[in-house]
Amino acid sequence: MEEYALIMRHEDGLKVASPEQIEIWMKQTMDWIGGIAAQNKFSSGTGLLFADARVVRSNKMVTNGPFGEIKETIGGFIVVKADSIEEAAEFAKGCPVLQGEGNTVEVRRIAKK
Amino acid sequence: MENGELIPHLFRTEFSKMVSVLCRRFGFEHIETAEDIAGDTFLTAAQTWGLNGLPQNPTAWLYSVAKNKAKNYVQRTSIFEQKIIPELRSVSSSTDEFEIDLSPQNIIDSQLRMMFALCHPSIPAEAQIGLSLRILCGFGIEEIADAFLTNKETIQKRLFRAKEKLRENNISIELPGEFEIDRRLTAVLRTIYLLFSEGYYSVSQNRTLRKDLCFEAMRLCTMLVENEGTNKPGVNALLSLMCFHASRFGARLNKDGELVFYDDQDPSLWNSDLISKGGYYLHRATGGSEVSTYHLEAAIAYWHTQKTDAKEKWENILQLFNHLLQVEYSPIAALNRTYALSRARGKQEAIAEAEKLKLENNHLYFNLLGVLYTGVDNGKAKRNFQKSLLLAKTEADKQTIQKHLDKL
Repeated sequence: MEEYALIMRHEDGLKVASPEQIEIWMKQTMDWIGGIAAQNKFSSGTGLLFADARVVRSNKMVTNGPFGEIKETIGGFIVVKADSIEEAAEFAKGCPVLQGEGNTVEVRRIAKK
Repeated sequence: MENGELIPHLFRTEFSKMVSVLCRRFGFEHIETAEDIAGDTFLTAAQTWGLNGLPQNPTAWLYSVAKNKAKNYVQRTSIFEQKIIPELRSVSSSTDEFEIDLSPQNIIDSQLRMMFALCHPSIPAEAQIGLSLRILCGFGIEEIADAFLTNKETIQKRLFRAKEKLRENNISIELPGEFEIDRRLTAVLRTIYLLFSEGYYSVSQNRTLRKDLCFEAMRLCTMLVENEGTNKPGVNALLSLMCFHASRFGARLNKDGELVFYDDQDPSLWNSDLISKGGYYLHRATGGSEVSTYHLEAAIAYWHTQKTDAKEKWENILQLFNHLLQVEYSPIAALNRTYALSRARGKQEAIAEAEKLKLENNHLYFNLLGVLYTGVDNGKAKRNFQKSLLLAKTEADKQTIQKHLDKL
């Protein structure tokens, strides 16, 4: 069994959702993760907050937020256990982030220590 | 209470106290001696009370007889030891001052220490439960055998080996220090919860015994809550969880001792005292920042005590299971989460999720699939119940599944 990171990417991090909408997404995300955990395939995960974020560039310049010139931004990631990249991709299909057009979930195998 | 019931009752409550106090005094090398003295005390009580009637204060009578027996034992062995091993004279010379302290405070103290000693990480879990039932709860060998559905000899052997382990590992009857207490408490709580589950889910037909097991687990947990050093959020959460579960005792078994499904239970039979007690300890459990699995399970159990069938209830239960499974997976939590999903979002969504679980060796898995398919595709429901029936091991489980089949 390998571990895979499912990285949730939002096409446009500037979009502001209503608190009600956020609550619905939260529940959907929890259901998605709960479904994976119920198969004993969940390892770990964390959400990343959009508020108070910084981007540090190669010239050490610091700007507010991961937005603006960066087209995509990462909303969070979870690590799952799967027998193959196909199985991991199957888990990714259930991610509620994909309801937003242009959003993606990147599936990457975790390098073994 | 009649004389005939009084002695078994006192045995249950006082035997364990005496053994803990005596054992703390003598050390684990002499645990059998402690049990013998306590057992002997009850034998004397049965003989004397039968002839002369009950003393004014039976418990005080028992304590003073136990003290004397302990004193005699120490005197006898010290004479023996002085004659055969003279070097020991200096160690055990002061038998005149030998006193056994059976004050309430020392009893509680000794029992708390005993709890931590018996739940030492070096003792296998199965042995911890057996020992706890015997030493902390005063259960007879036969009762323990009945609870585990095995025979007396097996339990005797198991307890014997467990006591050997206590001696071999030189486990001291002490409360762990401040730095160690959380880690050690984890093992104590696990044993208490196992004790409770053993009673709650046991296949033993002896209903009184099963209830006793649960209430003993709750009593031990209450001792931890009432002791300042061990009154931690997780301990309160576990106690809360057990209160909520125990509140349904009167409703979850019918007159014939068969399991009544949660949805078919009569809520007026749920014990409201235990429900409010559970609420009280859950409130106390939320003091810190810690969210243990006991917290999550207690919150789930709380929602189950709510008589409403509103969507909100099942939505909350679902979210709590989602959280619990991320912290700690267990097949039973996975199955219960899927059931909650069916109540909150409908059967179709739950069936899709259930089919992914693939717990092919678990009769409860096929039972759940059967329940979910009932009314959606009765043919599939039937096939799943039949698979479940083939995997079920106990008579009670088979009856439950058969009931589902009959309803189709």
